Amino acid sequence: MILDLPRFVAAEQAFWRELDAVLDRLESEPALRMSLEELERFHYLYERCSADLAKMATFSAEAEAREDLESLVARAYGEIHSTRERRKRPRPLHWFFAVFPATVRRHSRLLWLALLITALGAAFGAFAVLTDPDSKAVIMPFPGLEGSPAERVAREESGRNDRLSGHRATFSAQLMTHNIRVSIATFSLGITWGAGSVAVLFYNGITLGAVSADYARAGQTEFLLGWLLPHGVIEIPAFLIAGQAGLLLASAMIGWGRRTTRRERLRAIAGDLVTLAGGVAVLLVWAGLVESFLSQYHRPVLPYGLKIGFGMVELILLVAFLSRAGASEAAP
Amino acid sequence: MSRSRTIEIETPEGVRFSLLLAGPLVRFMAWAIDGCAILGISQTVGRLLPLAGIISADLAQAAYVVLYFAVSIGYGMILEWRWRGQTIGKRLLRLRVMDDQGLHLRFSQVAIRNLMRAVDAAPALYMAGGLACLLSDHARRLGDVAAGTIVVRHPKLPHPDLAQLLEGKFNSMLAYDHLVRRLRQRASPEAAGIAIQALVRRDQLEPEARVEVFRQIASYFRSLAEFPEEAVAQMTDEQYVRDVVEVLSGRMRRPATSA
Repeated sequence: MILDLPRFVAAEQAFWRELDAVLDRLESEPALRMSLEELERFHYLYERCSADLAKMATFSAEAEAREDLESLVARAYGEIHSTRERRKRPRPLHWFFAVFPATVRRHSRLLWLALLITALGAAFGAFAVLTDPDSKAVIMPFPGLEGSPAERVAREESGRNDRLSGHRATFSAQLMTHNIRVSIATFSLGITWGAGSVAVLFYNGITLGAVSADYARAGQTEFLLGWLLPHGVIEIPAFLIAGQAGLLLASAMIGWGRRTTRRERLRAIAGDLVTLAGGVAVLLVWAGLVESFLSQYHRPVLPYGLKIGFGMVELILLVAFLSRAGASEAAP
Repeated sequence: MSRSRTIEIETPEGVRFSLLLAGPLVRFMAWAIDGCAILGISQTVGRLLPLAGIISADLAQAAYVVLYFAVSIGYGMILEWRWRGQTIGKRLLRLRVMDDQGLHLRFSQVAIRNLMRAVDAAPALYMAGGLACLLSDHARRLGDVAAGTIVVRHPKLPHPDLAQLLEGKFNSMLAYDHLVRRLRQRASPEAAGIAIQALVRRDQLEPEARVEVFRQIASYFRSLAEFPEEAVAQMTDEQYVRDVVEVLSGRMRRPATSA
């Protein structure tokens, strides 16, 4: 037995078209708030069309009409059953100063793991440069770092050839966008079950360790600290938090010892991932400004003690911020 | 239309429906349109910035770098959030990002799937994402896997021309109750579906093809139940199929001469 389709469609088509019109209206006006009567009618139409679809799926062999109705019910299902978050007033300050640090602390073990991986990379980089200075070209393929540290320090301190003159704002913007892109890549690579994030963290560590060892060996530790600390105390923790986000994504992908499905695990951490990524972006904007407008000035324009002191104050504030701020923020 | 790539969802009301998943090619086309839109927005902003250069050329250049970055990262996020899973490209090609349970998107899902483009786009032209899309169950790129989303197509389906079935003419077959029952018992829903499709689409067929299609379908139904010659004499194959469909749909209208 098949459904008497013409008679069935003739009886029901008006309801289908009415539901189609309601859905078109909802989709074209996302902020639309329906009245109670409209909502009741919408719900009635959804239930009626769902019942029609059930009948057609059971008794009708006419595929085209069924697909038409199926598409309608699918659209209505999304509207009826979604519990979209209520639109709250945005609270960016609360988000950054309370939610973000609380989220970092909630997954602090992964932050320590990111730090450990970076530290291992740094140890490797330092060891490589100290034992084989020729490896610099491979480990640090950056034009500004390939030469002798002493020559660079002498050039920077002479005050000649200010390559950033008239381009500091552009340089700052390039630093910000580049660093944010790298941190997004670090976080995103967590999808490779963490392998990509670990590789990026380790490589960052290698570069950091190699540069530090190279300048320390050349007796330029003061310059190094004065150059790196003002922006590095923010930039490096930001990369670590990006790595933490990548490892969080990886842990949800792997799901060791957890009975939940991968979809449930990913769903559970989605909000935290976005918070970590957003917080990292804010930190990197600050680091980009400091690197362009402070870190690039050297003695005699700015004494190293002042720059190092500025960096240490930033570090203390950052540690206090990440360890204390948002203590009242409840776990989700 | 191909129904091979679908995801089936069962509602709490017990109704099952399937969503048509968007394949890599159509998604790539939508992305190309979005790429043009991003380029257009950036170019427009770039033309306005020299005005800011009157104050400071450095500041204008910095603003361009930041704005281009913000547009390229924020375009998908803002539009998919504001337009319920659609961007300009997706809207034009009738695609929509949805939660993988058929529900609307949460902001965190929109943000994650767009941030993950960094990996999907690697090494070039979305090769990683395209490959994941081809290999995954539900045509999902890596960002969709992380965000728990799917991209579905809502093609504009032509409403079936059911007038072809609504003729309501005299049906001589209904006079033979035992043959009607035999036909209903033996005809499969698939065969009935083919007959209905042939009737609905008759005007799309070339005259010769139409004759041949209805000849074959009528021949099949004749083999299931043989009606007496006086009931089907001088009846065209198409009319025969039309009457068979009416019989299969369960109508019990009987002609006046019925015994």
